[in-house]
Amino acid sequence: MNTDTHAAGVDHHHNGDSHAHGSFSTYMLGFVLSVVLTAIPFWLVMSGALPNKQITALVIMAFAVVQIVVHMIYFLHMNTTSENGWSMMALIFTVVMVVIALSGSLWVMSHLNSNMMPMHQMSGMK
Amino acid sequence: MTIAINPSQTGGPVFYVADEHPHPEGWSTSLGFWIYLMSDCLIFAILFATFGVLGGNYAAGPAPKDLFDLNLVAVNTSMLLLSSITYGFAMLTMQQNKVAQTQIWLAVTGLFGLAFIGIELTEFAHMIHEGATPQRSAFLSAFFTLVGTHGLHVSCGLIWLLTLMVQVQKFGLIEANRRRLMCLSMFWHFLDVVWIGVFTFVYLLGVLR
Repeated sequence: MNTDTHAAGVDHHHNGDSHAHGSFSTYMLGFVLSVVLTAIPFWLVMSGALPNKQITALVIMAFAVVQIVVHMIYFLHMNTTSENGWSMMALIFTVVMVVIALSGSLWVMSHLNSNMMPMHQMSGMK
Repeated sequence: MTIAINPSQTGGPVFYVADEHPHPEGWSTSLGFWIYLMSDCLIFAILFATFGVLGGNYAAGPAPKDLFDLNLVAVNTSMLLLSSITYGFAMLTMQQNKVAQTQIWLAVTGLFGLAFIGIELTEFAHMIHEGATPQRSAFLSAFFTLVGTHGLHVSCGLIWLLTLMVQVQKFGLIEANRRRLMCLSMFWHFLDVVWIGVFTFVYLLGVLR
């Protein structure tokens, strides 16, 4: 790894290459974990192994979250120290925004749906 | 530390240099590119939210169960996942300064990416042929917008990949090309992360409901 090609004289800055890199073993570990974390939810849905649909939905969403974290760590090399922690700050900010946008939209729109449904359709609702 | 005269202690004026000291070229590229990816993430979040709201509005048209072939989606997912690991290998060989091997892994990544786009376009063509066009229902509008935007990103990534392969062929693994390859690596892995959301929330949950 060429850490000091042009870092001379700028000791407190990293150059563009100082991003964490990972090794063959971490890439392979990330890949194997991803394959497993992808295969299980597909199998759950295609085979209908769990009798309850809602439990299946929750389980595959949990797998997705875990796999996203695996990708972040092993493929995108996220950690708290790269770029003096600014990458992590940007990520945390984005995650907060995404959670607000997603949960807010779904929450508001589902209320709108249930409150503005014409009366004759209300009986068919859960 | 040697004895230095601190201006604030001697009461003299304190100067702050207005210009920042010089930075090596590209020192902030990876952070800047990361922030771009985060803004891209917000675009996808909005498209996911739209799909989440409209995903059940079939307008008496076809539902996910009638349209999606999970076997095909599984193959597609594996194509993208394989392209992610081969891009990882390209980065590893790049760090070892092996130009030819880097090019080979980049080419393999490109082929997997092409396969992904090919399968996705086949799926789209099949759906449109069956009358499941974006105009058919709100669900299909949201579906084509979300999955299409992801596919567009992958296509742009493929063009970028090809461009970088030409660059590496011409100039070798110089500092600038390493930086560019690193940015594309983040872009490519980021698209794989978005695809996790797509296959979970659009395809698997769609078939489930």
